Amino acid sequence: MNVDPKAFVANARAALADPQLRPALGRLKTHFGAGRAFAVHRYGDFESLRAAGKAIRDYAVTHLDELLVTFEQSVNARGGTVHWARDAAEARRLILAILQDVGAKTVTKGKSMVTEEIRLNPFLEANGIEPVETDLGEYIIQLRDEPPSHIIAPAFHLSKEQVAETFFAAHKDLDPARSLQERNALVQEARAVLRRRFEAADAGITGANFLSAKEGAAIIVTNEGNGDLTRLLPKTHIVVTGIEKVVADMNDVAVLLRLLPRSATGQAISTYVSVMAGPRGPGETDGPENFHVVLVDNGRSRLIGTEAQDVLRCIRCSACINHCPIYGAIGGHAYGATYMGPIGAALNPGTMGVANAAHHANASTFCGRCAEVCPVMIPLPRIMRHWRAVEYGQGLAPKAITRGLALWAFAAKRPALYRLGASIAARVLKMLGRGGSVRVVPIRNGWFAVRDFPVPQGTTFQQQWRARK
Amino acid sequence: MTVDARPRVGLFVTCLVDLVRPQIGFAAVKLLEQAGCDVEVPAAQTCCGQPAWNAGADRDAIEIARNVIAAFDGFDHVVAPSGSCGGMIKRHYPEMFEKDPAWLPRARALSAKTHELLSFLVRVRGVTGVTADYARRVCYHDSCSSLREMGVKAEPRALLSTVNGLAIDELTDPQVCCGFGGLFSVKYPDISERMADDKIADACNTGAAALLGGDLGCLLHLKGRMARQGKTLEVRHVAEVLAGMGDGKALGEP
Repeated sequence: MNVDPKAFVANARAALADPQLRPALGRLKTHFGAGRAFAVHRYGDFESLRAAGKAIRDYAVTHLDELLVTFEQSVNARGGTVHWARDAAEARRLILAILQDVGAKTVTKGKSMVTEEIRLNPFLEANGIEPVETDLGEYIIQLRDEPPSHIIAPAFHLSKEQVAETFFAAHKDLDPARSLQERNALVQEARAVLRRRFEAADAGITGANFLSAKEGAAIIVTNEGNGDLTRLLPKTHIVVTGIEKVVADMNDVAVLLRLLPRSATGQAISTYVSVMAGPRGPGETDGPENFHVVLVDNGRSRLIGTEAQDVLRCIRCSACINHCPIYGAIGGHAYGATYMGPIGAALNPGTMGVANAAHHANASTFCGRCAEVCPVMIPLPRIMRHWRAVEYGQGLAPKAITRGLALWAFAAKRPALYRLGASIAARVLKMLGRGGSVRVVPIRNGWFAVRDFPVPQGTTFQQQWRARK
Repeated sequence: MTVDARPRVGLFVTCLVDLVRPQIGFAAVKLLEQAGCDVEVPAAQTCCGQPAWNAGADRDAIEIARNVIAAFDGFDHVVAPSGSCGGMIKRHYPEMFEKDPAWLPRARALSAKTHELLSFLVRVRGVTGVTADYARRVCYHDSCSSLREMGVKAEPRALLSTVNGLAIDELTDPQVCCGFGGLFSVKYPDISERMADDKIADACNTGAAALLGGDLGCLLHLKGRMARQGKTLEVRHVAEVLAGMGDGKALGEP
């Protein structure tokens, strides 16, 4: 696996050949697909909820500037500090400065895709600060030195046997003869190890599922409680998140909290919902002494006012990923990017550049299932198509495709020529056919890499129809 | 629902039907005539432009779409034996001309009168059954555009259930894409292969003797893959079966 979106084709091929990946991806359907379907059914009028969620997120995206300013004022009023990062490098520098300021050596982290996006962990390590991932999945892949393969289930690609191997290799101080066959044994071991890390941490970093402008609060949902331990135990808490996560107020958050877990895991609500607003107040017994929010742009604001703007509505539930047949075939690592599947395909070309992430936008059949399940109605195929048009317009599309299309389009715009071409093609294909199929032996790529072409009947419909008249 | 006396229907043949399997076009004509329509086939049609549109070749797609709009101007209805081409005209033509005030009304007008074949028969013409024999267990593949862009799900099943001798075995995952996706199957053959193999396995596991579908694209892809694998499930367009033309050679049969 190569962490480079340009390596998509090679990565995908390797993933398809990986026998361990198949059963893991097969679980998507039972694990998330069925869960969402049941939750939606049980909720009743889910379409109205989706429409409400879309409206809330639309308002946020179109009023981002105002809401972010309000958010900053609200955070300041509560004694916290907001930092603005234009890109990944600035975000890393800001975070490091805060950590160095409080002399932090060890940092626990609740799950945050944005810190994956800005490649924070290697940067902290290079600067003498040890990051410890505390989401179970994220912890596992940190030990394995892998990126997440899924947004909400970063280690979804692994079997419990692979996790056991990882733990035996990493937890050297534990009894090598212990049994790690049961899923629960793995969870208990991770809990015990992580408990010591929570207690020793100098600072905690979490992401945010939503930011509430009016209250100056960051909200995260977790099922493991690691978010609370990350933010409450250390003296310093840093929220690192994208600028687009802000909404007007907690009423909006409440609507989105109905939408997110149902779409993600099929839960009515996650086990924990943590509302994080400012440092510990006078007389309060819990909470950090310092509260920082780092707001990361990193290409997001460039999308405003473009055809891809709607992608900023995303609430990172992964429903599109869970229902994508392409993701279901190749998994998340093949994308070589932090955001995979349909949301990655719609987002990455905008934030990483079309030249880098063109495969993501192209590797879709436009089956439309992602848009069908998206809780905030992002027209994902439409945005992918937009990126293809940008790619085509900039002359970046593969020459074999553009030349073939140009030739075909030349004829398709000239009906008489097209009819002649089609009648010749029908005859030639019929002549080439053997046993019902056309198998062009010298061509071993594209369509003919894995398929024959069913032999045509020989004359075109137009010919037969005109002959009949 | 009002049923016109004898509507003039323009048949959008689809480029794949024209080239590979004209029989589907004739089956569509027969079904439409049985439903009381006068059918015409404009000679000026070529393709709906979807390959260009999906590839991002907007200028080509728009020029081809203008051809289609002009060719089908005077008809009461436009019908395609394909949810994919139907969806292209119905859903994407208006999107294509969003910023073109001269063409947008024409694109919208065409969109409003364009239908996928089976939904037209059932919803517009009120057809509730056919007279045809096809004594096989079949499974039906919902093509993604039929399902999601045209909302076609119940209509093919309702009509198939009136065919003598036919029984339907549902696929386990009828809502999952078969991996065709036009140029997707050419650009990413390995991924497409895995998706086709899953769909083919699903179809074979139902125990059905035939796989029917409403979109020739998916069917060519699935049959082409089956031929490479040596699998022999019969593959046909649903219109052939409904029109009583299910006896001849199936797709890709020598």
